[in-house]
Amino acid sequence: MQGVRILKEGADVPDPLDAGAYLARGGYSAWRKALEAGPEAVVGELKAAKLLGRGGAAYPAGNKWGQLLEIEASPKHIVCNADEGEPGTFKDRFIMERTPFRLIEGMAIAGLVFGSETGYIYVRGEYRRVQAGLLRAFASARRAGLLGRDILGSGRPFDIALVSGAGAYVCGENSALLNSTQGLAGRPRIKPPHLAEVGLFGAPTLVNNVETLANVPPVVSMGGKAFLEIGHPDSGGTKLVCLSGHVARPGVYEVPLGSVTLRDAVYSPELGGGMKGGGRLKFLHLGGQSGAIAHPGQLDTPYSYSDLRKAGLSVGSGAVVALDETVPILDYLAAVARFFVHESCGKCCPCRDGNPAVLDKLLELADPGRAGPETLEALKSLAFVMTEASFCGLGRTATAALRSAWKAFPEEFGRNAA
Amino acid sequence: MTGLAPELDDKAVLAIAESYRNDPQQLIACLLDIQEASRRSYVEPRWAAVAAKAMGVPVGRVYEILTFYSMFSTEPRGRWVIEVCGSSPCLFNGSGELRGWIAGALGVTGGETTPDGLFTLAACGCVGFCAGAPAVKIGDAAYTVSGPAEAERLIRSFREDDPASREVFLCRE
Repeated sequence: MQGVRILKEGADVPDPLDAGAYLARGGYSAWRKALEAGPEAVVGELKAAKLLGRGGAAYPAGNKWGQLLEIEASPKHIVCNADEGEPGTFKDRFIMERTPFRLIEGMAIAGLVFGSETGYIYVRGEYRRVQAGLLRAFASARRAGLLGRDILGSGRPFDIALVSGAGAYVCGENSALLNSTQGLAGRPRIKPPHLAEVGLFGAPTLVNNVETLANVPPVVSMGGKAFLEIGHPDSGGTKLVCLSGHVARPGVYEVPLGSVTLRDAVYSPELGGGMKGGGRLKFLHLGGQSGAIAHPGQLDTPYSYSDLRKAGLSVGSGAVVALDETVPILDYLAAVARFFVHESCGKCCPCRDGNPAVLDKLLELADPGRAGPETLEALKSLAFVMTEASFCGLGRTATAALRSAWKAFPEEFGRNAA
Repeated sequence: MTGLAPELDDKAVLAIAESYRNDPQQLIACLLDIQEASRRSYVEPRWAAVAAKAMGVPVGRVYEILTFYSMFSTEPRGRWVIEVCGSSPCLFNGSGELRGWIAGALGVTGGETTPDGLFTLAACGCVGFCAGAPAVKIGDAAYTVSGPAEAERLIRSFREDDPASREVFLCRE
């Protein structure tokens, strides 16, 4: 399982922001191949690779690219979602800091496929230092001919503009991100129309996560079939997994999809290295705050999109927060609820008013003097309404942790509510 | 409030807008730079109006941005806003203790600015340094400390404008 390096390849070089060194190591060979092969062939490889979107929604990248390719319009925009705000997720930062040119090459390949001359990368405001590094990488790429009016003497232009956020989790949602990229408040849009048709400044737009775009050069280089073989039959390639919480060895790890179980992720000496301080694992929070909670009985689930989905879990952003038995589940869920109270953009009622109500009920439930069966009833109905009636994914998934934790730890929910 | 007075004038605001070629798409970045240049971590409504005019956008849109995005303040804060990460990987790895140590070093409880105008203690969402938890963001970098004495040293490095001696506290992975 270990030893496969696609995205971490080149992550330890002494000069990660030097485009010339990237070129000397074979960088932009995928871009050259894409230039020769043409747009349909590139999209075909992405489809064969079964590369699923790495931002959280797991939408097949090949389909997204294919749909945009079919639309006849000019210009088309390329936007990279680098608004990595999902708690427990820090792999996009890893890519931007350690292997920025693979991401740049991925965006440049998108530029070739869609005939776009400008790409945008939207980086969260909390990553100002990362932004500064990226700007240096862009400048280096221009000097080396990897970005600019005439990439590597091909006559093909492509450049990337950086746009900063300023603290809004909802901007990770692609339509909100496009509003923010236009210099507006980052509230989500009504869909349809889909962003492929009406995106940035009303033009057809591709929005992909950092990790998804960084996977494009490897797919083009090795071919979709080889990429698929590295991963799971349903989803090719590797995943950058972000281990945090109470594991002994927190960090970003690259694992071929389907090659390890959740147990391996936590306990393998080469991955999480077990629980620190001899603690016992109580639960995992997978995929971000909007992901579900996994209990120890689910530890043998393979880490792949389809296996996790069958178990009611998700890969999501790649976050794996492992917590030990010192953490009361209601305290944990209250922390999740506080997060969503803060991050709801306020546009729709179920999310704006539902999240504070969920938090209130969780605090009530933790208090023997205030909780009763009606507290549980209210919580259940709030979760239902928010899931069904919220405007965007933020509100619809805000109670995923609550709902799964309720199934895993019913006794802690019921303790005060009898 | 003594010590650090906001030093930004209209000319400085226009220069920042100009550094983004007055491109309205870069409004958020421009306002972040204005906030940084204020030395009090805020955007005075008058500066916002000057930037709006230079970029050719309605003043209302600038105000909307200043109130929508949580990194902005329209009230003066400390030169350094110290934000303790409150997301779950940090919260259950001792961010409460860390907050206590820093509050002790600053002599404030929370949401307050020190009398010298140097520091405001605040909380924030995930800063993306979960592997170095618990993390505290100061300026554009994330740090961690493992006790009150280290918290004192970290704060002193900002008070005495000594970047070299805070390197050791940067979050590592």
